[in-house]
Amino acid sequence: MRLVILDDYSKASEWAAKYVRNRILEFSPTKDKYFVLGLPTGSTPIGMYKKLIEFHKAGVLSFKYVKTFNMDEYVGLERDHPESYHSFMWEKFFKHIDIVPENVHIPDGNAEDLDEECRKYEQEIKKAGGIELFIGGIGPDGHIAFNEPGSSLVSRTRVKTLAHDTIIANARFFDNDISKVPTMALTVGVGTVMEANEVMIIITGAHKSYALYKAIEEGVSHMWTVSAFQQHPRTIFVVDEDATLELRVKTVKYFKSLMYVHDKLVEDSKELPEVKRQKKK
Amino acid sequence: MLKMPSNGLVSHHPIIQFRNCRILHQRRIIRDDLWVRNGEILNPRKLFWEEKGYADHQIDCQNAIIVPGYIDVQINGGFGYDFSSEPELVSEGIQKVAQGILSHGVTSFCPTLITSSPDTYRKIIPQIHKTEGSNKGAGVLGLHLEGPFISVEKRGAHPQHLVHPLSGGTQDLFDVYSNLDDVAIVTLAPELINAKAAVQELVKRGITVSVGHSTANLCIAEESVNAGASFITHLFNAMLPFHHRDPGIVGLLASNAINRCVYYGVIADGIHTHPAALRIAFQTHPDGVVLVTDALSALGLPPGRHQLGTQQLDVRDNAAYVAGTNTLSGSIATMSSCVKFLQGATRCTTVEAVEAATLHPAQLLGITERKGTLDYGTDADFLFVDEDLNVKRTYIAGEMVWDSKTGFRNKSS
Repeated sequence: MRLVILDDYSKASEWAAKYVRNRILEFSPTKDKYFVLGLPTGSTPIGMYKKLIEFHKAGVLSFKYVKTFNMDEYVGLERDHPESYHSFMWEKFFKHIDIVPENVHIPDGNAEDLDEECRKYEQEIKKAGGIELFIGGIGPDGHIAFNEPGSSLVSRTRVKTLAHDTIIANARFFDNDISKVPTMALTVGVGTVMEANEVMIIITGAHKSYALYKAIEEGVSHMWTVSAFQQHPRTIFVVDEDATLELRVKTVKYFKSLMYVHDKLVEDSKELPEVKRQKKK
Repeated sequence: MLKMPSNGLVSHHPIIQFRNCRILHQRRIIRDDLWVRNGEILNPRKLFWEEKGYADHQIDCQNAIIVPGYIDVQINGGFGYDFSSEPELVSEGIQKVAQGILSHGVTSFCPTLITSSPDTYRKIIPQIHKTEGSNKGAGVLGLHLEGPFISVEKRGAHPQHLVHPLSGGTQDLFDVYSNLDDVAIVTLAPELINAKAAVQELVKRGITVSVGHSTANLCIAEESVNAGASFITHLFNAMLPFHHRDPGIVGLLASNAINRCVYYGVIADGIHTHPAALRIAFQTHPDGVVLVTDALSALGLPPGRHQLGTQQLDVRDNAAYVAGTNTLSGSIATMSSCVKFLQGATRCTTVEAVEAATLHPAQLLGITERKGTLDYGTDADFLFVDEDLNVKRTYIAGEMVWDSKTGFRNKSS
């Protein structure tokens, strides 16, 4: 596991975006070799998306040969509702980049047969060759995607009833009216994310510091589903200082001492061709 | 223009994405792209999620503000042509004006005929048809017939001997105009005998009725509105002045005895309507303001003396005067200058100023399904404007038809 600690939210977002950029550039995707990216919604990744859009606009990064799979979507919320995850992804990311629509995947929460939609979603991921890099955020209760506390850690894409805490937290997006908040969602399972080649989880803010502590300093628990990634061979937690408040000093110091290694992972693209050449040797 | 891979699977019509711009969408100016296909504004989400389509061309708008094309519901002529006075030159005049006003941001208009003889109407009206705009010029939304059923007393510049009393009732409409197929608006005086029946008959035929050139008191004006009239022709001009015991037609702006939103035309050239009067009207009823140019044949002509029909005119200081005098001959205001003047005079928002030339006239004519907004599915008639509302480019049906640097796209005419 890597734990990358940045000063604040914007630095964490930038680091995450640069990491994604470099992973895609190093992968050199083509029409025969797509880079498959798993994507989250929510407030945490917005800064990363902004940076990725900047890279695209600067001509550094293309998404033409990138396939994306989103983590989740509400059930029964119309696609163009401002709070739908389709709307989120369109507004915050897709409309700004050169991704090809047919390479974009988000579970359809309005499908007639939701179980069938979930099965199909898993098949689509398989057909794409699995996910190369899954990016996630978490809730203060340690949920990843809509895998609420108590979710099976080997779960697959499925219909999930939202925890009451999540519904209350979401009410602010639905005129503060609990009755308007969707109560169900389609979500990839913990097992689905675990199958990705690499997982990057962004955690920022003091309100998520206890969840980060539960994620990395205690044992694997389905009550803190994000802790499952302790068992993943390639996981990166990208966090800000505030999110480390509940960690031991020893943990923070250790990972901070590794920053010079971490920062090599996000060096600017100018140096990238060199990196590639070295690899070829 | 950046060429992207053709997107022919989705539709054979190319998809154009206007980028790096702000657009007037849902009554706000937001930073977003504008998508166009087959002459219509396209919903990009629908394109992306359902059709899996993307842009064939991208255009960098260099941070322009994109607003709907302006609509002028009262324009008598321009560029040397007067629609009412020369039946043999009407088609030519419509073409010249339709093209010329593209440079003022006008993408559709109602050619306006002042009080004329039945014989003249019979010659002119069949020559003017509702047409779609193109690179040849702005679209014609239908005629605006201003008169002859008006008040002799408030006839303004209309020829007195041709003013008609409407004594024959609705039959007079057909006898005088002879053909109403391509008529969009009729201005009449509501105090005339049989005016109510005429209003009802015209509205039944889908024609917008405007009250004007009139001595009506408020009560009569309200009755006319409740019978179907929905517009006031050049507010304050050719009507009784506002009086606090009988506010007259002007009082419609604050009436609580009418059953619909009344729109009112204003000539915001700083000459025909005093800025203070403009402010009073706007602040009383901001949702009803419709900018009109009421422009004459001298619109678009350079400063100097011009022979127009039988009349000699001097064009100077953005106005036309009877030659050698200080007598105003009429408006030569451009629509783009009226929009700017409205904003300057009332300190309204950019959105409000633009809507006075777009949304409101479209609502007045009941054509918001196609014109007056940038809503998805409407006609892609729009303008690039700068922060000060100077028109930089004009598009009709998604095609650039005028550019402030390169001029008209259709060089042939």
